[in-house]
Amino acid sequence: MALNLVLLILLIILALWTVMTTRLVRSVVGLAMTSAILSIIMFRLNSPLAAVFELSVCSGLISVIFVTTVSFTQRLTQDQLINRQKERLGKFWYLPFIVILAGILLSQVKIPLVLTSSSSAYEQDVRNVLWNLRHFDLLGQVVLLLAGAFGVVVLFKEKNQ
Amino acid sequence: MNPLFSQLFWPFSIFVILLFIIGLYCILATFNLLRAIIGVEILIKGVTLLIILVGYITGNMALAQTLVITLIVVEVVIMVVAGGVILCIFRHNQTIDTRKLNNLKG
Repeated sequence: MALNLVLLILLIILALWTVMTTRLVRSVVGLAMTSAILSIIMFRLNSPLAAVFELSVCSGLISVIFVTTVSFTQRLTQDQLINRQKERLGKFWYLPFIVILAGILLSQVKIPLVLTSSSSAYEQDVRNVLWNLRHFDLLGQVVLLLAGAFGVVVLFKEKNQ
Repeated sequence: MNPLFSQLFWPFSIFVILLFIIGLYCILATFNLLRAIIGVEILIKGVTLLIILVGYITGNMALAQTLVITLIVVEVVIMVVAGGVILCIFRHNQTIDTRKLNNLKG
């Protein structure tokens, strides 16, 4: 539990850094690191397959997409950067205090947990669940991926001069 | 359900709620579209952690992992399409600041 707690605190610190930092590229790196820490937590909670997905897709692919998008947008000048830093500091300086206060308040509350579990041995295998029990989800994923691919083709297409 | 597992639920849930607070604050306080998408990402991270946690506690790890894989696929598609939309907005307006995107204002 102690290591889990350290990882969770690190997750929150990285999420805060992601939100509060001025440069967008640093935000993206912070997001990738948050995903990496989350994938370690998922490994520790007996979810290796989901953790690998999280690490490769969220920490890798999404970061690449974000960096690509950021590189297409305009770079800030030094004056703009200083102004933006002041603006962000004004808006975000109290977020860590809100988070710490919320954490302390929530740790004082005890909520009774009522969760039931009923799963057969067949339902304990990820392959069985993914391919046999949740095949409608797979169909949805394929449709979404196709929609995403068409979306990229339409949105990233350069105008013919 | 193992009682030791149920002891994990609330401490982990506190961190999930904190992730929600950070993500929501980022969406509400920023005017940059890319940062708003980053806020949505952080919210999705909280949901992912919650699904895995409940799967771990109830012993339905296979179902939880399946749902998380589906969630990650949906997340990627959302990010790619949102990135494309933001890029289109930037090409048309030369900015992704929501205060300056008032073309449809009457």
